[in-house]
Order: sequence, then structure tokens, then C-alpha cells
Amino acid sequence: MKTVFQKPEALTDVTMHYCPGCTHGVIHRLVAEAIDSLGIREQTIGVASVGCSVFAYDYFNCDMQQAAHGRAPAVATGIKRVLPDKMVFTYQGDGDLASIGMAEIVHAAARGENISVIFVNNAIYGMTSGQMAPTTLIGQKTATSPRGRSVSETGYPIKMCELLATLEGPSYLARVSSHDPRHINQAGRAIKKAFEMQQQGKGFAMVEVLSTCSVNWGMTPVDSMTWLAENMIPYYPLGVYKDITAEEGK
Amino acid sequence: MAKTLMKGNEALAEAAIRAGCKAFFGYPITPQNEIPAYMSYHLPLRGGVYLQAESEVSAINMVYGAAGTGTRVMTSSSSPGISLKQEGISYIAAGELPCVIVNVVRCGPGLGGIHPGQGDYFQAVKGGGHGDYRLIVLAPGSVQEMADLTTLAFDLADKWRNPVMILSDGILGQMMEPVEFASNQDISEVEKPWATTGAVGRKPNVINTLDIIPESLEKRNYELIAKYEEIKGEEIRWQEVGTEDAELILVAYGTSARVARSAMELARKEGLKVGIFRPISLFPFPETQLGALASPERQFLVVEMSAGQMLEDVRLAVEGRCPIHFTNRLGGMVPTPEEVLVKIKGILEGRGN
Repeated sequence: MKTVFQKPEALTDVTMHYCPGCTHGVIHRLVAEAIDSLGIREQTIGVASVGCSVFAYDYFNCDMQQAAHGRAPAVATGIKRVLPDKMVFTYQGDGDLASIGMAEIVHAAARGENISVIFVNNAIYGMTSGQMAPTTLIGQKTATSPRGRSVSETGYPIKMCELLATLEGPSYLARVSSHDPRHINQAGRAIKKAFEMQQQGKGFAMVEVLSTCSVNWGMTPVDSMTWLAENMIPYYPLGVYKDITAEEGK
Repeated sequence: MAKTLMKGNEALAEAAIRAGCKAFFGYPITPQNEIPAYMSYHLPLRGGVYLQAESEVSAINMVYGAAGTGTRVMTSSSSPGISLKQEGISYIAAGELPCVIVNVVRCGPGLGGIHPGQGDYFQAVKGGGHGDYRLIVLAPGSVQEMADLTTLAFDLADKWRNPVMILSDGILGQMMEPVEFASNQDISEVEKPWATTGAVGRKPNVINTLDIIPESLEKRNYELIAKYEEIKGEEIRWQEVGTEDAELILVAYGTSARVARSAMELARKEGLKVGIFRPISLFPFPETQLGALASPERQFLVVEMSAGQMLEDVRLAVEGRCPIHFTNRLGGMVPTPEEVLVKIKGILEGRGN
């Protein structure tokens, strides 16, 4: 019988703790599929961050380190510098990467650190029950912006791909979405590309995956997908922000 | 091998490379700058990796990552920078990752000053970061010991799967003395089956410090505490001179111990029965060994460049069995042997009154 669908080898059998409607599970799967398709599971060391994906070390079937809040790019740097032939990735949320870990991500990118970063942006702190994130949209209500995020009080949401694209270090920066099958397929290809860039020694690669948080957004999973498409994508346009291989091909 | 005249910081760095240190992550801060400078030149030429991090916070997390692969790794900083590293140190202790952290202590609090101090004793020996954990803390008293204790630190870190701190200070780091390195440094290579090096033909290894099940985390806490108790049993180091007949025993470590030793020699020349007890391991503290010297006919004088931090451990060791006096200087000022001698005479003469 022909196998048409199976669990990636790079995922464990552990039941995930993610809420119904959350797309972390989908994104984990995309990362695992990329690892499987490149045949690098035994050469890969992943770095889990702090936030909803903190338990990622239980879900990825490869060597893992769990990092302090925001520090995953520094931890990944430490691993990659002493094991340059191994594949090292971080899996970070928006609070972790774009708030407390801003210095670490910017400098890892500026150094062109040869790692792959999976950045899951759902515009809210999920694990701590729905506080305002650096990527929370203007007007978006959260536990700590109960009247909606106001520019006068908290400024503007941070666009990480655009910000890092100003640096020379990154080899590949792309923003993708997880709200429907077509975009999920695109996201999978981008994530695989981020690993390929590392494999080829091209330097820092990051894929920002727009994601949902039904529970903390206070919406059904279906409504969350629609909300992402109608609200997040206009502010966080999808696309490739940097690709040195495309530039090389010119 | 012939002796070489070297700065303490450079001797420490050279000893680290000889001990098999293969990665160094640092950030500039005075008075430890010779260590990263030495490492940045020599380490890449000798098969290692040097990287200047964007902050002390990042540097210690790079250490976490590299230590998790089983690589011998070190970072160095000075007081305010060590404060920034405390989060990472707590994680490293919880993850039981071997590494060496050097604190070339300056004076504080706050930005303080760049001159030597000993005000980081509590931070070093009592934890420093959050949660119940301990570092092994070694306090060199000479340039030679800056080298020797660094060699030892790497071995102890591997042996106990625990971060080891070298608690130096601005004088020991900056001063020059002759130093001798072992010609053929025997590195005690330890198997590290727990390291994250890629799960080839084995189950994945995970370096993790999170455990949200209280029953499970409590068990983990007790395991760590049991390890610290074992360390207390095996790794206490100290030096004592002239304590046998001493009526007054000076207790000091690091630079203060050098001053105290000179003061002791001045006192002995005047016929005063003065000895010195120098803890070399600050954690584990030589509590029993110091306590054994406590008797009613004796007194202790603790000499520190802090407001009285090791003093508390001396009190705990002595348990009220004899008087304990204290003398100190602060703010980057270093006590002179003559100042300490005045204090010694005051105590011994006062006793006769």
C-alpha cells in the first residue's frame, strides 16, 4: 500500500499541549518535515524558547536545549560555534524574539550566525494568558491593553523581517502564514529553505510564521484564521524580505 | 618549564587554554579585559572559538549552549557584568552544565568603581541568581593560583557537572608575578553522554531546566542539594599558616589574604602569636576546618574588602566559641599590612586589659 501521509520522524509521539485551534502543532510539523526531507534529524540540535512553545523539547525528536526567555539565538550561537557542522535551529514566539530577546536576535542576524530561526508571530503572549506583545496590532485588545493597543501609550507593532532586512548578515528572511492550506504549504517551503541556507553555510535565516491564538484572542479557531488573514497580513505583508541566493542568481 | 612573568588575568587565560577550554564568550568590562583579549588572540590559533557577545546576558547564554554540547567553555567578567549573568548562571546550574565563570571583582554597588573589591562574596557563594543552587567557588591568592585554580576549575566542573566560579579581584587580575604552567597538562577527559551533539543512533538528549510538576521538581531540587553536600565532603580547600600556637587567627581570602599574611609576618616579628587561615574554596567553605580552630583562648580577625560578607560564614563556623573581630576597607581601597597590624595589636592588648 502506498503511504500518503505519516508522522514525521523528527516529531515524537508525545501529545502536544497546544490549545484547540492553535497553529503551533502545524508549524512544528512543518519544521519536522523540513528536517526529515533534508535527512538531518541526527545532525540537528534545536533550541526551545520561553512561551507557548517552551515544551518543544518534548515534541521534536532530535537533540534539544531549552533556553531562557529571549536567549535562544545566543544559546544557538554557543552550540553552532563549537559544532559548526551540526544543524542548529531556534523556535521562538513574538514575546520571546521581538521583546525580551531583541538584542539576541538582532546580533545573531548581524553576525550572520549560521542558524535557522523559526519565529512564530501570533501578536500576543499566549503562555502567560494573553498580554500585549511587541507585535500586538494597533487597537487589538489583550489582557494588558484592555481598551485596545494605543499608539500614544505603547507605540507601534514591530515588523521583524523588515527590521532585520536592513542588516547585511541575514541570508534569508521570509514572512509566511499558517491560516490556510495554501499558505501552510508556502510556509513549509520557506522553512525548508531556511534549513538549506544553513546547510550551505549561507548564514542567518529566519522565517516569520503568522499564527493564531484563538483562546487569548477570544475567538473560535475558524474566526481566528479569518482575523489573521484580514488584520495581520495587511500589517505584516507576506513575502521574501531577503534571499541572497536569489540575488546571486541575478 | 621555566617561570614566566605574567599578569594574573593572562595567566588565567593561558591556563584555561591548556586545560582544554575550546570556547570563550565575553563582553568588555574593566578590570578583566586582558582575559578576552588573550583569548581572542590565542584561542583561535589553538583550536578554539572566541566570540565577543552583544552583552553579558548573551555571553552567558552562549556558554549555556556550548556547555550543553559538552565542550569546555569559559566566560569572564567583572562585578556589574556578573550581575547580568546571574539569570544564565541559575539556568546553567539547574541544567548541570559544566563551565567556568571568572569574576575579576571590582567594587560596588551599582557601577561602583574599577578598583578591586570583595563585595561579590554573597553573590558568588550563596547563589546569586534565583532558586536553590550553588556554584563551586575558588578564590586564588596569587598569579600562580590564578592559573592552577583555573585548571582545577575545569576538572571540577566536569566532575560535578556544575558551574565553577573563579572569584578573583582587580589586583590579582592586574598584578604580575612569575607563573609556571605544567609542561604536559593532563586533561581529565570525562565522558559526557548527556551532551547535545546530534542524536546519532541514540535517543535525543535534552538540556532543560523546566519542570512544572511540583513532585518531580522537588525531587530534582533534592538531587541537586545532595550533589552540593557531596561537593562539601570532597572539595574543601584551604591554607593555614602559623595557626598551631596562634592566639589570634586572621581569616581572609584573595588579595585580603595577601595583606593579612604580611600583617601576620609583621606581628610575628614583634613576638605576637598570630596565624592565618585562608579559605581557597569559598563554596564549599572550610567550615569544619575553621571551626576546629575555635577555642576559648583564641580570637579571630576577619579581613575583607567588603562590608563583612565572609564574616558571616566565619561566624557560622565558629558558632560563638570565640570572639570574632572584623576589619575592612571599601570602595576600591585595599587595607595595608600596617593597618591590620594596628588592629591585631589592639585586639591582643585589649584582651590583656
